[in-house]
Amino acid sequence: MLLFPEGMVKLNASAGQILLRCDGVKSSAEIIADLENAFATTGLGADVEAFLKVATDKGWVEWVDR
Amino acid sequence: MSANPAAAVAITPPLWLVAELTYTCPLHCPFCSNPLDFAAQNNELSTADWIRVLKEARALGAVQLGFSGGEPLTRKDLEVLVAEAHGLGYYTNLITSGAGLTETRIRLLKEAGLDHIQLSFQDSTREVNDFLSSTRTFDLKRRVAELIKGHGFPMVMNCVIHRLNIDHVDRIIDLAVEIGAEYLELANTQYYGWALLNRDHLIPSREQLERAEAVVAVRRAVLGNRLRLLFVVPDYFEGRPKRCMNGWGTTILCVSPDGTALPCHAARMLPGLAFPSVRSSSVRDIWFDSPAFNQFRGEAWMPEPCRSCPERAKDLGGCRCQAYLLTGDMGATDPACDKSPQHDVVLAAIAAGERVAERPMLFRSPDNSRHIMENPGQPTVGAEIRIA
Repeated sequence: MLLFPEGMVKLNASAGQILLRCDGVKSSAEIIADLENAFATTGLGADVEAFLKVATDKGWVEWVDR
Repeated sequence: MSANPAAAVAITPPLWLVAELTYTCPLHCPFCSNPLDFAAQNNELSTADWIRVLKEARALGAVQLGFSGGEPLTRKDLEVLVAEAHGLGYYTNLITSGAGLTETRIRLLKEAGLDHIQLSFQDSTREVNDFLSSTRTFDLKRRVAELIKGHGFPMVMNCVIHRLNIDHVDRIIDLAVEIGAEYLELANTQYYGWALLNRDHLIPSREQLERAEAVVAVRRAVLGNRLRLLFVVPDYFEGRPKRCMNGWGTTILCVSPDGTALPCHAARMLPGLAFPSVRSSSVRDIWFDSPAFNQFRGEAWMPEPCRSCPERAKDLGGCRCQAYLLTGDMGATDPACDKSPQHDVVLAAIAAGERVAERPMLFRSPDNSRHIMENPGQPTVGAEIRIA
């Protein structure tokens, strides 16, 4: 469950796993690598990037410069 | 058919608790969503009652919490309730006019763990803001916005939209940018309570609405993620009803100042439904087992044209309060839907807005509330608007 001003969204398992890793420190490439490692798979990049774009548009995540 | 129309419906727990702490408010907005007879209700829940409600709702799974009213800052125990809610793990929202939000109180609220503040403006101009609220609050709201940002809160600016300010939408968006709001709710008036009483004064023309929508579209494209614009659907003009409160008894639990539990803050006036009180029932019993909360769950209650409508799962038949207020039957299809056999009452309301209103605007004040209660012989809201 993600909560924000006057709204909330129930995340599915994979969205939750992605957002758990959005910590303001890791880059999207590092998040993808971490997910592929955690779930012993490859090729998640496009799906993760697509979700992060949606999440950015909806204000669920913000990007920070490093 | 089963005696309990919701018997076959899986009941999900409440996720969102709306705590209407009080009907006391220094502002007198003529579109207020509080009940017309709010002045008769002065038996507010105690701090201990509210803490019990917060605990019980959280135990059921509620995570989103709005402290609302009236003006919730008129409750001296707001900080205590925020701290309790924060400790329980709620995301806590304060929905305020700004009146009473001093430097001292905002600091205490921050320490208590408040997550977000929604600040209302009535317009982008001092003149209209102060006229509609019957208070000199425009400058105060600007200062409160600075306090909110200064203390690092995310801020939603809310502005109820109607005929008197809809042509200022561009400037209202400018104001939201100036004060640093993250979200702007352009809340097209929903016609219940005081707004229904004053509908002839408030309803915009279709042309006004179309102009405003065009402005919002242009500004949204430019602003992007910097300021999120929420344009609350003006259902009278849409031809389809809204999925009210995300569906009756599906998500949101409202507790009114005297402890009456409601699926929607406007539902109290629906006839024949005994809404339970948190003073005498547990939140669990209220949510899962009370006949009132089960009344309009699922689809078994639906009449035609909803019952066979391919869109029924999308809008769930629309708003029960609106159906009652406009047709006299709370079980009818929401007349905002153009498939409703009574949609003409909505079209007539839009047409009535084009004429000069016959009555003066009635502001939301304790005096006017008592006057309405004490003069039942005068044209009532129901009689005036049941055109059918």
